[in-house]
Amino acid sequence: MSSMFGEAIVRREDPRLITGQGRYLDDLGRHALAAAFVRSPHAHARITGIDVDDALDVEGLVAIYTWEDLPGRVGEPLPLLIPHPALTHGRTAYPLARDVVRHVGEPIVMVVARDRYLAEDAADRIRVEYETLPPVVGIENAAAAAGLVHDDVPGNAGANLVQEAGDAPAAIATAPNVLEFRLDIERSASMPLEGRGVYARWDADDESLRVYSSTQTSTSVRMAIATKLDLPANKVEVIAPDVGGGFGVKIVHPWPEEILIPWAARLLDREVKWTEDRREHFISAAHERGQVQYVRVGFDDEGRLLGLDVRILHDHGAYTPYGIIVPIITSTQLLGPYKPGAYRVEFTSLYTNTVIVTPYRGAGRPQGAFCMERTMDRIADELGLDRTAVREVNLIRPEEFPYDQGLIFQDGRPLIYDSGDYPEMMRRIKELIGWDDFAGFRASAARDGRRVGIGLACYVEGTGVGPYEGGHVEVDSSGRVHVSTGLTSQGQGHQTVFAQIVASELGVPIEDVIVTTGDTRRFGYAVGTFASRAAVMSGNAIALASRKVRDKALRIAGEALEADPRDLEIVEGVVRVKGDASSSIPLRTVAVLSNPLRYAFDEAAKQATQFAVGGSMDDPPLTGEPGLEGKEYYSPPRSTFASGMHAAIVETDPDTAEVRILRYAVLHDCGRLINPRIVEGQIHGGVAQGVGGALYERMVYDSEGQLLNASFMDFLMPYATEIPRVETGHMETASPLNPLGIKGAGEAGVIPVSAVIAAAIEDAEGIRVSRMPISPSELFHLRLAAEAGTAERTNRARSSASS
Amino acid sequence: MTVNGVPRAASAPPRRLLSDFLRHDLGLTGTHVGCEHGVCGCCTVLFDGEPVRSCLMFAVTASGHEVTTVEGLGGPEEMSPVQQAFQDCHGLQCGFCTPGFLCTVTALLRDNPRPTDEEVIEGISGNLCRCTGYQNIIKAVHRAADLIAEDGTEVDR
Amino acid sequence: MKPPAFDHHAPETLEEALDVLARTGEDAKVLAGGQSLIPLLNMRLASPGHLVDINRLTSLDTLEVTREGVRVGALARHARVERSDEAADAQPLLRAALRQVAHPVVRNRGTVVGSLAHADPAAELPAVLALLDGTVEAASAGGRRVIPAAEFFAGPLESSLRPGELAAGAFFPALPERAGTAFAEVTRRHGDYAVVGAAAVVTLDDDQRVSSARVAYLSVAATPLVLDLTGVLDHRPPVTCDWAAAAAYARDHIDTDEDIHASAEYRRHLAGVLTERTLRAAAQGAL
Repeated sequence: MSSMFGEAIVRREDPRLITGQGRYLDDLGRHALAAAFVRSPHAHARITGIDVDDALDVEGLVAIYTWEDLPGRVGEPLPLLIPHPALTHGRTAYPLARDVVRHVGEPIVMVVARDRYLAEDAADRIRVEYETLPPVVGIENAAAAAGLVHDDVPGNAGANLVQEAGDAPAAIATAPNVLEFRLDIERSASMPLEGRGVYARWDADDESLRVYSSTQTSTSVRMAIATKLDLPANKVEVIAPDVGGGFGVKIVHPWPEEILIPWAARLLDREVKWTEDRREHFISAAHERGQVQYVRVGFDDEGRLLGLDVRILHDHGAYTPYGIIVPIITSTQLLGPYKPGAYRVEFTSLYTNTVIVTPYRGAGRPQGAFCMERTMDRIADELGLDRTAVREVNLIRPEEFPYDQGLIFQDGRPLIYDSGDYPEMMRRIKELIGWDDFAGFRASAARDGRRVGIGLACYVEGTGVGPYEGGHVEVDSSGRVHVSTGLTSQGQGHQTVFAQIVASELGVPIEDVIVTTGDTRRFGYAVGTFASRAAVMSGNAIALASRKVRDKALRIAGEALEADPRDLEIVEGVVRVKGDASSSIPLRTVAVLSNPLRYAFDEAAKQATQFAVGGSMDDPPLTGEPGLEGKEYYSPPRSTFASGMHAAIVETDPDTAEVRILRYAVLHDCGRLINPRIVEGQIHGGVAQGVGGALYERMVYDSEGQLLNASFMDFLMPYATEIPRVETGHMETASPLNPLGIKGAGEAGVIPVSAVIAAAIEDAEGIRVSRMPISPSELFHLRLAAEAGTAERTNRARSSASS
Repeated sequence: MTVNGVPRAASAPPRRLLSDFLRHDLGLTGTHVGCEHGVCGCCTVLFDGEPVRSCLMFAVTASGHEVTTVEGLGGPEEMSPVQQAFQDCHGLQCGFCTPGFLCTVTALLRDNPRPTDEEVIEGISGNLCRCTGYQNIIKAVHRAADLIAEDGTEVDR
Repeated sequence: MKPPAFDHHAPETLEEALDVLARTGEDAKVLAGGQSLIPLLNMRLASPGHLVDINRLTSLDTLEVTREGVRVGALARHARVERSDEAADAQPLLRAALRQVAHPVVRNRGTVVGSLAHADPAAELPAVLALLDGTVEAASAGGRRVIPAAEFFAGPLESSLRPGELAAGAFFPALPERAGTAFAEVTRRHGDYAVVGAAAVVTLDDDQRVSSARVAYLSVAATPLVLDLTGVLDHRPPVTCDWAAAAAYARDHIDTDEDIHASAEYRRHLAGVLTERTLRAAAQGAL
């Protein structure tokens, strides 16, 4: 492979985006009608009447729809995407509410009008009558089940799943040391800056549908729409245009709107578009992160885990379209880079009258990392040992790979770690942050009246989950290389990194490579972009497809040059004999020759016509398929495991309890890097979301199920002023599972951040931090509680206070 | 109003926000809408040379004034130094917030050609980015300052 | 989130504006910077039938600094006043407070007078006006009146402007001799509304003893709260002032609510902390 793989080249998608030539969903469909929705203002209510009379004379109104207007499958509940035996009581919503609404924001009426202003005017005038029902809000209330979100789901329990390896309760019972504690993580959300949107065009002549959606999975949206609208899949095309961020929320599908907008477009024979506004996103997209965890751990005097027993309560909101993937990921990724001894994890996934919960970058891993890393810190504090020493005795060693944790992962496959070097990573992160020198800094800061602390956390991330992705590579007669894959892009630089792979594999200038993602017209079989899988899955598929094309090119060129393909190489788009540049043929000519022609449609094509081509008179003109193209799929036996360790130094203000991050360091390993700068960018973004989740972001529901902070004014996403400089170090332990040796990196940055920050604050304050995020007000109260004896101090703080 | 140096006119009701007017009535979709309550900064354009939130202005108020959007920052053949710097430094990922940053930074560097780190961060402190963690955006602003100093290019268009 | 329809008026003169306001009364809102009003309209939390857009009244874009103080016209943007060294010299609290108002881009459009008229108790400028005993000039078709700060802020987001009235200007008294000022706020994110904020003025007498110490608070009450801490500081020189006693006094005299960002107790605690910090700094500045 030539040098393009591994190069930190600038991105090829940038010029377009930087000059305002991006094509995001709302930039399309200039003449489309606009949709708006009447959404439930109540968390739980029965709809007793809908009166649209006042809306009817709004100028520009085109149509109003309720559930009763929805025919057949369109009116059925939305699909439950990921079934699981343990999800015994899965429930999904109707596209428009039927009888009962179960969260503020649930759509009830769809209005279509000439533009969004008018649609909102009409929606405002529609009167819906409700009989309110008692709402269930909060994990503990859901578990107590004084009220039910779904009448037929006892205890509000959608699922209960136990996974175990060994006998943890027994191991804990006989362990020399045991600790028991509770942890809380609060709800946050992906919150991309571009919300959701759907734009549909029905072609009545062709009886086909084209839908643009700001989605992370155009292929699956297509299947859902085709099924719901009773159209053959090949009459439905779905395209993900430029997407302004996804971070998981756009993997959910089909949203009600993804069914309703195409349905309306076909019914009205008009183009229809829906672009959600920010408030809609807060109350009708998806949230994540909220869990309560009860931990019991048994360990020896060196801190080695003997038994770990975790019970998780997971809040999944009003419906379960995405199944129980998030708590499954928490349960399995909780183990991190450690050997847990015996392990038992049980989760109960609960309904509440709130927005649905589906993956948000990390998808349950941050909660798992929080659990394990707080446990490690507790053990270290209990034993009076260094927090990294305790972790070190538990780390899986490089010679122990592949390491089987004995559980089933979110892809339905065994949780087997393939490669990594955790001890070396620990050594490097300690060096990067200056772990061993911190005591000196703490002491000198204390002399200045400053309070500082240091924290560290580790994680492991199963990336590149299956089932597969595909890649198609085609060289055309002008020498351009067209690459397509079915999964989608939301800013990860796919148009660059996939081009780098092809340029390297095929030996062509990267300027000639054009990449298309997320367009079912170009590539119809795919899964989607999530779980840090795109580079691993599509990257490898595209590499394999490129190799197919390369082999074919060399075969055809060999015939043309009368050379053995093994003596040929491709450099800068030219096939030539190694060591003899005069014997060469450009790839574009090979492309022409690959398609034996009767008719020459241009000058170049003449070379491929029957009287121009030489070769044997007895063999058929065509072997295999015409065209210089190749299609390949990559399907791994299981996920490949990336890993990382983060460390941070924080300062807390003794008076105002404000928290400032002085330094933030990352050591991470995602195998071989296609483009180091793009990988680093992913880490930066993840860390920023992690800082948001540690110190600023939480969804605040009141007891009536009203989301109190459904705007950017009160849902606090960090600005540049809130994010410290992120220092990164890389390691590469290649993945043995795929031809390119790569692992995923998309979620890495966010996974351990809450754990790191909690640890650092705890270290600074000497008070146990077991709930995140933490605000200055909460830290202030924690301090008061510690004084009053109702919040625990760390052993280290207690012993240094008394010494 | 004059938009990117060209007199433009269109009919719109008084409540049409400038952001929508630019995007839908004038077809300049480079300016993006992220929140419509003035917090995210995606909609930032230059109004008589000063960065403002176009979602917090009615098009009628802007009538008679000069507006510069991301489409007007560079020339027909090349990007402005600020735009070039964002590419050089990987200062964008999904690109949705980028036009707002570009307008903000263009004005920032025009008024303060050699900002310190603190001044850069303060200057961009009203623009949200969910992808980059701001690290490379800050680098891009410094790089843009270098490029501008090198060319002696007139930034204000 | 699109605003509801309204009748838009874009008067070219102040008389025209006042005329429209007289006719439309309660059903009208004045649009200047729009940085507070338009979000409300976009979220459909307000739907005035009429919007009187005063952005063409360039005669109101005035900033006048005299020995008495700083007079700001209705259309003077935050950014303009913030940049003015003259205004900052006459009354340092203006620049100190303006630096904390939202973000630079918002300050390019928002107006000082508009912020006062919006009367948000969490905003910086109302507290400064209250602390300095400044005034707002209200104009209507019927004439003008000058409203002292103490009477201007009626409640949260409620000024004492009557229907048909427009806030045409505001006056911030200059800093007297031997006086110092300080402004501090604690926010969740940079540029957010204050969790708690404080503006302080300390004046010393000829013997360098504290002759006056007053603090105004943001985000602790329905309107800006001004406390006179002169007595608590007991006519001492700054170096022996009992700042902690001032902090305690503030905590005892502030009764505030919780919200999603902070508890009432934390707010009270912060009020004490900021009292100490601003008084100390203001006293230092007076020396």
